Amino acid sequence: MATTEADILARETARLTAPSVVEFRRVTKRYANGTGLDDASFTVRRGDFVFLVGSTGSGKSTVMRLLIKELEPTAGTIRVAGRDLADISRSKVPYFRRNLGVVFQDFKLLPNRTVHDNVAYALQVTGGSRKEVRAKVPDILRLTGLSTKLHHFPDQLSGGEQQRVSVARAFVNHPPLLLADEPTGNLDPETSIGIMQLLYRINRTGTTVIVATHDSAMVDRMRRRVIELHQGRIVRDEVSGLYAPRELSTAEFGALLREPAPEPKRVRDPGDEFDEAFRD
Amino acid sequence: MRIGFFLREALRSMSRNAVPSFAAMASVLVTVLVLGVFIPVVQATTGAANDVRSRVLVNVYLKTNAKPEDVARVKNLLDTKVAHVGKVQYLSKAEALREQKARYPEAYELLGSNPLPDTFRVTPDKPDNALKLRDALSPIAPGGGRTTIDPSIDTVKNSKDDTQKILVATRVVKLTTGLLAILLIVASVLLVSNTIRLSLFSRRREVEVMKLVGATDWFIRWPFVIEGIVLGALGGLLAILLLLIGKIALLDPLISQFALLAAPKTIHMGLLVVVLLGASIAVSAVGSGLSLRRFLRV
Repeated sequence: MATTEADILARETARLTAPSVVEFRRVTKRYANGTGLDDASFTVRRGDFVFLVGSTGSGKSTVMRLLIKELEPTAGTIRVAGRDLADISRSKVPYFRRNLGVVFQDFKLLPNRTVHDNVAYALQVTGGSRKEVRAKVPDILRLTGLSTKLHHFPDQLSGGEQQRVSVARAFVNHPPLLLADEPTGNLDPETSIGIMQLLYRINRTGTTVIVATHDSAMVDRMRRRVIELHQGRIVRDEVSGLYAPRELSTAEFGALLREPAPEPKRVRDPGDEFDEAFRD
Repeated sequence: MRIGFFLREALRSMSRNAVPSFAAMASVLVTVLVLGVFIPVVQATTGAANDVRSRVLVNVYLKTNAKPEDVARVKNLLDTKVAHVGKVQYLSKAEALREQKARYPEAYELLGSNPLPDTFRVTPDKPDNALKLRDALSPIAPGGGRTTIDPSIDTVKNSKDDTQKILVATRVVKLTTGLLAILLIVASVLLVSNTIRLSLFSRRREVEVMKLVGATDWFIRWPFVIEGIVLGALGGLLAILLLLIGKIALLDPLISQFALLAAPKTIHMGLLVVVLLGASIAVSAVGSGLSLRRFLRV
């Protein structure tokens, strides 16, 4: 017993001492019509698999968009792989983004390119040679189970397949950090599991993965680190958490549904024929 | 590798967006066609107008009894003292007679002696100064009427009304054509850049995705610029082909019959082709490069 405890401790310290890949320090982002993120601080270490959860408008997407430097924070510092994002000039943003893989809810594939060319584009952008494309693209497509769909266009694929293409594109450069914004938001539960397995496998290769989601079943099943946002604030950060702090029992859920709803009523009209006829 | 890649990208996007590409090319074609017709027309018109204006002259008639030293004195006066003098041509009595005889042989058969005076044909330095030159040569006397600056000068003539009419009419023609040309060029640039913007607007999502994957601005822009060059060149070439066909089939047979068409000062066809082709390529390439800027801000 003692040895296993020591093992766990050792593993835990290794996890905690791993270099941080993402670091938010008191980050606030205000939009013209409200707050997107309010004084958020958290650290994601190398090899982590993190779920960002919360209802719509809680700030998940804001975190993602801040991470790819699509937005600038109003206050606070964001570090990715030790680099302060504020120090990256606009012209250097493309080079920064090549170190990230990003998966979106709406896939964001290039509609005019085949599956193969969509994935290859991510390599060509970085100046990858034709040889590199030929070596890497079939590999990653095999990994994502798309080898038979090489020459299909995105609109000929199902949603799950499109999302797998987008994961393949995100991972083809083997980036140290992979972001997924609602990767299963448009997919049915069955397909979602496939995508999550893919992300998990990518995580096992040492890639840090951050997933923003409101897919509670997935989060509960995977039992990874969960950061919960509510109205722009971090309200929970657990090492192996559930989607909700504690599941409601059926009875409690029922009570929640019953409680505030007022009884619908119709105001009777005295002179009305129907009201007279049905008066009790 | 890079250039090959960009070329392939440009060709791919053209074939996959055939309709917008065709629209852009067609707008270049129409514009170049109109410009190609209009530029020579403007030039011929201004050329003709300038030609008319250059014929504005002031005739200085000497008295019929003027002696050679009088002639020399007046010539000296014209060459050195009077303002706005451009060119002075001396026509002696004998020369004037010969000229008139050639024109109206029967009339001059009847004349025994030479009734014509020595004449100076003075061209003003600018056509607009013709009336000023006349005033300088024969100032208006205090009591009305005109005096002359030299006693041996009989009259100074330039049929005032005609000169003024010519000057006004030609100026109006020149201004109108100039204005039309400017409007036309502005309209063509707007038309072409608008068509390009439209075809880019339909692809802004694509550009956004490229940026998110980590493409640099120029990596995205080059294929678009190449596309612009190819479409501009294609449209320009087609238009020039049509222009050449039109010139050979329609204009050349007529040129001997209409002075305006044969005006010597119109632009050389080769130069016109080069200018039009260059302009169409430059406008569409720069247009697509610049229009893209808005969508690159991701």
